[in-house]
Amino acid sequence: MIISLDPQFLQIVGLSLRVTLTALLLAALIGLPLGALLAVSRFPGRTAVIILFNGLMGLPPVVAGLIVFLLLSRSGPLGGLGWLFSPTAMVMAQTLLVLPIVISLARSTIEELWSEYREHLMSLELTGRRAIPTLLWDGRFALATGLLAGFGRATAEVGAVLIVGGNIAGYTRTMTTSIALETSKGDLPLALGLGIVLIALTLTINAAAYGASRVGARFAG
Amino acid sequence: MHDAISILPLKVEDLGFQVSGNRLLDGVSFILTKGGITTIIGHNGAGKSLTLRLCHGLLMPSSGAVKWHDERAPQTGTHGTHKRHAMVFQRPVMLRRSAKANITHALSALGIPDIATKADFALARFGLSDLAERPARLMSGGEQQRLAIARAWALSPEVLFLDEPSSHLDPGATRQIEAIVTSLVAEGMTILMTTHDLGQARRLSNRILFFNKGRLVEDAPAEKFFSSPQTPEARAFIVGDLLW
Repeated sequence: MIISLDPQFLQIVGLSLRVTLTALLLAALIGLPLGALLAVSRFPGRTAVIILFNGLMGLPPVVAGLIVFLLLSRSGPLGGLGWLFSPTAMVMAQTLLVLPIVISLARSTIEELWSEYREHLMSLELTGRRAIPTLLWDGRFALATGLLAGFGRATAEVGAVLIVGGNIAGYTRTMTTSIALETSKGDLPLALGLGIVLIALTLTINAAAYGASRVGARFAG
Repeated sequence: MHDAISILPLKVEDLGFQVSGNRLLDGVSFILTKGGITTIIGHNGAGKSLTLRLCHGLLMPSSGAVKWHDERAPQTGTHGTHKRHAMVFQRPVMLRRSAKANITHALSALGIPDIATKADFALARFGLSDLAERPARLMSGGEQQRLAIARAWALSPEVLFLDEPSSHLDPGATRQIEAIVTSLVAEGMTILMTTHDLGQARRLSNRILFFNKGRLVEDAPAEKFFSSPQTPEARAFIVGDLLW
């Protein structure tokens, strides 16, 4: 099936990647600056915020799905948008899942870098948020590893996209929801084929993370 | 070299610094005038590096003041008017970028124009042109220290603070750094540095500020300090005794 490139199969893989990559992009755009800001700021309650985001890294996907479901359901605050049971809703749910990972990893990476760079950057009048662009760029390889961890979590989860996407054939059916469905239906070849793709993807992510840290080591010494 | 009004003399007045009740620096006063190498010496914890950091505006004094002659020279760092004093740290902070990018980053941070040309010029000035594209953190200790000086020099400061510029370098690299420091002074730069190395202090300094336990104990021309130290602490320090 993988070799024959069945259109239904390709559609499922394509949607999964599209949803997850979009969610990852959104989480990076929001989470990297936010994590860096958290790293260089000092304010009352900072520790509580850090603990909160660390804790949210373990947010159960079904709960993330439930939150987005409540937001988008007909009577919810965003119900008027009509996004429930669409790829957009799935992107929202996965962004919610990945965001705490990106924020927490960016915070710890940037905090470490900041303690090393602080005096030099202060000497160049780069203090507080003015230091963030330098820190994000110099932490790029470690941050890439963090993003790949987020990508891994999003591709593997099934609960959130199932709740808000509805597993509609040809529209919101992803690799993980298909595997769950086809296995219970007894269509093991499709489930297995998708499973192999998922495993290959996981291996690729790990290889990329390893590569990023190796390239990073060349610059970091 | 500088068309603007000089930021010197630097007046350090009754400078004190304490952390949670511990007096690390107390009643330090001196005036730094243009030119030459002034070296702060003393034991660990005497307040040498602390004094440089306070002068450079990295720390705020608990008491007393650091006064630059030209009010436009910001003491704590305000964006817009770039400081005309720069600092090189004991362990040079190398950004995870190429040698050249380390310099262009500093220049653009302070809003200085022509960053690429100025960076190339600084690399050439310190014999680092061949290493321009090398990741800075993979360079040797001596090369990193030269790059740190080149990076500070590119900002064309009037005063350069050097904190233990060769404490972690081998004798060859130390000699190189000393030659560089001497040449900077010949160009008209004013240097305030610290060192552990009495030999280095003798070789380079025009003036010595001897610190002991957070106080400035002796302030004298280098020759006079080494030939006839005025205080028992300084005499003991020169002969290598430990002060308790």
